[in-house]
Amino acid sequence: MQEKDIMALTEKAREIRIATIDAIGRSGGGHIGGSMSIVEVLVILYYRYLRIDPKDPRRRDRDRMVLSKGHAGPTLYAILSDVGFFPKDWLHTLNEGGTRLPSHCDMNKTPGIDMSTGSLGQGLSAAVGMALGLRTDGIDSVVYSIIGDGECHEGQIWEAAMAAAHFKLHNLVAFVDYNKMALDGYIDEVMNVEDLTSKWVAFGWYTQRVDGHDFNQLEGAIDKALKEPLRPSMIVMDTVKGKGCFFAEGKITSHKMPFSYRDAEEAIAQLSRKGGK
Amino acid sequence: MERKTVKQELHQEMRKVYGSTLVELAKKDANIVVLDADLMVANGTGVFYEEFPNRAFEIGAAEANMMGIAAGLSTLGKIPFASTFACFASRRVFDQFFLSCNYARLNVKLTGTDPGITAASNGGTHMAFEDLALMRVIPDITIVEPSDNVSLAALLPQIAYREGCAYIRIDRRSTQVLYAGDESVTLGKIHVVKEGDDLTIIACGIVLVPEAIRAAELLQREGISAAVLDMHTIKPVDIETILQYAAKTGMIVTCENHQIIGGLGSAVAEVLSEKLPTPLKRIGVDGEFGQVGSVEYLKNAYGMNAESICAACKEALKRIR
Ligand SMILES: Cc1ncc(C[n+]2csc(CCOP(=O)(O)OP(=O)(O)O)c2C)c(N)n1
Repeated sequence: MQEKDIMALTEKAREIRIATIDAIGRSGGGHIGGSMSIVEVLVILYYRYLRIDPKDPRRRDRDRMVLSKGHAGPTLYAILSDVGFFPKDWLHTLNEGGTRLPSHCDMNKTPGIDMSTGSLGQGLSAAVGMALGLRTDGIDSVVYSIIGDGECHEGQIWEAAMAAAHFKLHNLVAFVDYNKMALDGYIDEVMNVEDLTSKWVAFGWYTQRVDGHDFNQLEGAIDKALKEPLRPSMIVMDTVKGKGCFFAEGKITSHKMPFSYRDAEEAIAQLSRKGGK
Repeated sequence: MERKTVKQELHQEMRKVYGSTLVELAKKDANIVVLDADLMVANGTGVFYEEFPNRAFEIGAAEANMMGIAAGLSTLGKIPFASTFACFASRRVFDQFFLSCNYARLNVKLTGTDPGITAASNGGTHMAFEDLALMRVIPDITIVEPSDNVSLAALLPQIAYREGCAYIRIDRRSTQVLYAGDESVTLGKIHVVKEGDDLTIIACGIVLVPEAIRAAELLQREGISAAVLDMHTIKPVDIETILQYAAKTGMIVTCENHQIIGGLGSAVAEVLSEKLPTPLKRIGVDGEFGQVGSVEYLKNAYGMNAESICAACKEALKRIR
């Protein structure tokens, strides 16, 4: 990737962080930690890879995104509105009664959301089903999915892992947001998932490991994943929970935090100062 | 209703009362153990891990596994209390709870928190309006939904020592105290909150018992005398008290933070239709999924407030008068 592309993506990530913190802040707080840790991967996917049409959100030959860790919906909403699926002022209604943007992803409420998620472990299976169905229909779309490291505690993740490899779903590219934290604490204290990379290898996936906040590494890994002819791909991303939001970054309490709009404003001001312009 | 002054420690979040009551129980009984599925912080059981680190097991977000592990612990005579959100405690692990725990005739207590509209900002995916229906069909299970901290603290020890599996449906953040100084909350026995002659409102849980009490006050202003019953034990059903009030008032209205199919209203309907056919109106969610919003917003959206209950009572009375 060229320097100017990286700068553009970095700038976009900053904007998306700001919009996400703003939306969650207006609603009095929420899943800030896990929303911040997947900003870069969602930005690179939506602004460089995904074949989508905001004017026709259900186009059959679109690429799919299953945000299996559905509690991070707000980041995805900020992106979907930015690329034109719905007006940006919807973001201000996050979690309000009657909203079309609920905390957890809902495919029947929000244009651009491909699967309803929120019960951990279920999204990856749905992604497997989509990848199977697309292949059956001879459609060359790619299914992307993001799961949490805590979500890897769910047995269903490993059922999906086995099935995807069994069916040789090379049109499935998944990511683990390995931010080392679950809800009750650090992953290795709650329930150890190590050796996470080896587990995916053992399940038959083409597995890579990257810094999930580094666009160059993400691009390299996604490009390789898309070329893999026989296996589903897992990209294990080392990330920081709460990344970029000063009161959440690296904090074990950042999973679902109440915070005031004033905190949100301070976080937004800090991010704005970091901007190039 | 007279509301007596309340001891300070009762005015805490329900999850705190849950955690501290389990600790008190565990001090007296080495068999009490606790399990969590990455919602220990959310459900208030952290104190148990501090007091009894060797008897508290964090399983991670692996609810099905948690139920199997609880079953295994129970075979050794342990009394496991496993907690997660109500949606996962019911839908997610129904088979594991049904078979490994109930069918195996073990002794596992499962707590589901944030039921129905109290899931609020977690939204539709997390909003269990069907957990009571699922649980009620399990043979011999005990099911409770306490409406305040006093009844929770009173019921937990009774549940611990009633052999067999149980489902406990509680809110996390409510600090509600309705029955201060009242030691009489008894498992399996309806708690009479207020007497009345014209009709009987039967409610359960932290959302609808206070709304039912308020509805009775609204009705009183219009000269209608409503009895209010807190049916904290959904199973086994207190048939005797239901029949007594059906005979006395001739009209029953049920209120629940749940689908009107399969829960409290259905339990009451089953009793009445077989033993003493009595006009009945069920208030609750009528064939809808959950959605995101504040508890206040959702109360209005699903008609779970005193005004709706009051209107439904008047409508129902019109039918029989
Ligand atoms: C089946 C299920 N169990 C429990 C929860 C509650 N819950 C929501 S997020 C979460 C922690 C998930 O950790 P992780 O996947 O690492 O999320 P992240 O750190 O990326 O936000 C838990 C336990 C849930 N949503 N679904």
